[in-house]
Amino acid sequence: MSTQEIRFSGFGGQGIIRCALITGKALSLYDDKFATMTQSFGPEARGSACAAQLVVSDSRILYPYITHPGILMALSQEAYDKYYSELPDGGVLIVENDLVKLQSEHTNLKLYRVPATRFAEELGNRLFTNLVALGFLTAVTKVVTDDAMKKALPGLVPDRFLKINIKAFEKGYNHGLEAINAAGAAS
Amino acid sequence: MSGVLRMDRMPHIWCPGCGIGSEVNAFAEAVKRSGIDPKKLVVVSGIGCTGRVAGYVDFDSIHTTHGRAIPVATGVKLANPELTVVVFSGEGDLTGIGGNHLIHAARRNMDLIVICNNNFTYGMTGGQVTPTTPNSAIASTTPYGNYEYPFSLPFLVDAAGGTYIARWTSMHARNVTQSIEEALQRKGFSFIEIVSPCTTLYLRRNRLGDGVDMLQDYQEKTILKHGADTRETAIDFQGKIVIGKFVDKQKPTYLEAVDKCCVKLVGDDYQLYGKTIPEREAEAKAEKERIAARRAAVLAEENKPAVTKVSAKIPVKTAAKKVAAKVVKKTAVKEATPAKKTAAKVPAKTAKKAATATAKKAAPKMAVKAVAKKAATKTVVKAAAKKATAKPSVKKTRK
Amino acid sequence: MDGDHALAEGALAAGCRFFAGYPITPSTETAERFAERAPEVGALFIQMEDELASIAALIGAAWAGQKCMTVTCGPGFSLMTENLGLAAMTETPLVIANVQRGGPSTGLPTLTAQQDMMQAKYGPHGDNAIIALCPDSPQECFDLTVEAFNLSEYYRVPVIILTDETVGHMHEKVVIPPADKIKVVPRNNYSGPKEDCRPYKFDSKGGHPMVRAGDGYNFHITGLVHNEMGYPVMTADQGKIVVTHLMEKINSNADDIIRLEEDQVEGADIVVVSYGITSRIAVKAIQDARKEGIKVGSLRLITIWPFCEKRINELSGKVKAFVVPEINYGQMVREVERCAHGRSEVISVNHCGGAVHDPEVILDAIRKANK
Repeated sequence: MSTQEIRFSGFGGQGIIRCALITGKALSLYDDKFATMTQSFGPEARGSACAAQLVVSDSRILYPYITHPGILMALSQEAYDKYYSELPDGGVLIVENDLVKLQSEHTNLKLYRVPATRFAEELGNRLFTNLVALGFLTAVTKVVTDDAMKKALPGLVPDRFLKINIKAFEKGYNHGLEAINAAGAAS
Repeated sequence: MSGVLRMDRMPHIWCPGCGIGSEVNAFAEAVKRSGIDPKKLVVVSGIGCTGRVAGYVDFDSIHTTHGRAIPVATGVKLANPELTVVVFSGEGDLTGIGGNHLIHAARRNMDLIVICNNNFTYGMTGGQVTPTTPNSAIASTTPYGNYEYPFSLPFLVDAAGGTYIARWTSMHARNVTQSIEEALQRKGFSFIEIVSPCTTLYLRRNRLGDGVDMLQDYQEKTILKHGADTRETAIDFQGKIVIGKFVDKQKPTYLEAVDKCCVKLVGDDYQLYGKTIPEREAEAKAEKERIAARRAAVLAEENKPAVTKVSAKIPVKTAAKKVAAKVVKKTAVKEATPAKKTAAKVPAKTAKKAATATAKKAAPKMAVKAVAKKAATKTVVKAAAKKATAKPSVKKTRK
Repeated sequence: MDGDHALAEGALAAGCRFFAGYPITPSTETAERFAERAPEVGALFIQMEDELASIAALIGAAWAGQKCMTVTCGPGFSLMTENLGLAAMTETPLVIANVQRGGPSTGLPTLTAQQDMMQAKYGPHGDNAIIALCPDSPQECFDLTVEAFNLSEYYRVPVIILTDETVGHMHEKVVIPPADKIKVVPRNNYSGPKEDCRPYKFDSKGGHPMVRAGDGYNFHITGLVHNEMGYPVMTADQGKIVVTHLMEKINSNADDIIRLEEDQVEGADIVVVSYGITSRIAVKAIQDARKEGIKVGSLRLITIWPFCEKRINELSGKVKAFVVPEINYGQMVREVERCAHGRSEVISVNHCGGAVHDPEVILDAIRKANK
């Protein structure tokens, strides 16, 4: 892998920026890669469209923005509608199963659905949605190691919620592994 | 005054009859008597006539931009808490362009001494109206009389949270000295307002005579009232001036509040600029002892020929009388009181009526009467004053 | 770590222990970081009532012996220009970071720009010279903040870090070396005899000591034209002495101050002159242009002020054109034009702010310049 570009998107309050921060930290501090995170969001902190971009590379990143996104994580309908078309053939599309209504089956993409919000609610709070989604992304894309991701959590999630966040991550991760196996079996 | 003033910078720029010179003298006297280490004293001024004080005092001194003396002083104090920091500036600088800084330093109880020369005018730029110019007074930018409402500075600073507030006039040199001395000994935000004559502009434009006339005016119009409610300290044009020490209370200073918060967080190891709280406290205590020793020495020196010297703690009235006595001898002015009284009679009724009308609109019903009464009295005084000033030539020609 | 946080860490690493600031997007994170770190490192943070007061407090703190910093963006920087002038006049070392956002006025608070380049130099009234640096990454936010303090201490001049919202909010790995590996110029306080003590020396050089309040020298400083004692001297002759010194202590040492990053400039037909985040956008256009066979070099301005007159002058006539992309309506391009003396074409690729350039636009300009 030379360069990999990931877009995290959803609505404000879902912890989208946090997803990019955790992944970026995991990559640059624990996976020995270079990562650049930039973000865009409206002035309203909650409920508005929200996106973060992460460029990952083996060498120093000069151009900090996404040009050819390989991975899109869309946790809201608005985010999905806005960004799915920029994925090239073979790109990875991860959508929130219960929040996103697909416009097609996207047979040209590697499509994954994750019921992240539901899983998080099962763990006690929908605030953990982002960690479930991140675990899922880690498993299906292998762009970052699960070990690095777990190491990156302290400092980026509140100490008192660290354990439950790891649990949420693992729940998503395991679901991701299952999804890959299922996809492998199907093809 | 050498050792306190930069004699090589004399003569100063201030006009004859201006109050700033005597304020600086009082300040110098207070510094000497207080026993504080002059090396640890920093004087910060803004812009304007009073802003030039920093240039004449022989301490570390900073002449800043217009209005910014207080934040610069805040930086000095916070960067080295061992320093005693005095802001010496005018009311235009401190309460006009720098008004925001004044209220916030008071709010924080920043450990500063602010000496405010209030001469109701922007002197250096030629006599424009300021935030304290009394209503109806003439200034170069209110040539037909000031139609704005002035600040009452003690009330303003009190409301903002100042912990020591006094007001004197430049005639009350000893009281000014004493107040500055007290402020130098205490912690927290101290504000000393000194009402002072600008002979060249404010007095001339309003035909109020010269500096000496004004000193007599101060003698007659000041009312000493320590602990006065600061809501009652407004100054009307040529009206009564309430003077005294209005507020003197204890409250943690900004730095004490920072210490308290940080020690809770970090524990006893907490350091500011490499010094723990006990270390700083020990230093402060040692310095306090040195100050006390120096002060004792100064007072002992003063008391040697004690009989001829007037004690600093002399009651205001006596001091004022003494100065005033001199003044009266020189000028032998008498106030035209009868004229005033008749003048007051005529507009009283109409004023009351008008005041009641406005008060009804603005104030809750219960308060209407009281407000109306107060407003009416105020108007009467103002009207009287106006009438009195309408014939200023009498005063002038007497010289 | 993002660029804003790196600014605060750079300040702490450089020995800054006093920070006075006022919240303003997109620079607030720096103040927040400093406030959070202050208790543990023995520093003091104060949120002032406005930006006028923030920089004023810095001037006081600097003369009371502390290295100090504030951070802001356009609207706040406008307020700070008042006492930026006083700091320049009184030769006070301090560092201001301007995390630029779109203007004018309240403009685009959360979106990027590079519109305060000229204001940094010409904002305060009257002639004065400052130093301004322009980081392109969170790592450089850290490194250049340390350097800003060092330059500020040595030349006794306000140093401005002109970064932008994109770099300020961009997260990347920042390597903070151990303290003994970071070059820090300490505060140089005068300690000689009182009769020889001068707050200033008008010799167009750096390296002069500060005088610290409380050390017994009874110094005086003023924003008025003054002599070396600091006392006002209000004559045109003295004004000439002071202003010449203020300008020349920076201009005549420009070679020592200026830092540039060059890539394939020698032998290039086209040189892209850029700075800050725009350099990282331009790099993509440059790479694509090279693929098309165009000989294009990159000149990145790490030091914005003083401007690299000499280098542009050397290159002018040798290169066909300078292409100057910047997120403003064309500010530094005027400097390039001035120094190119008409010997090379100068092409402005401007952008009104709110976003970075589309690299295609820069590429088009390079192509056009090469024709």
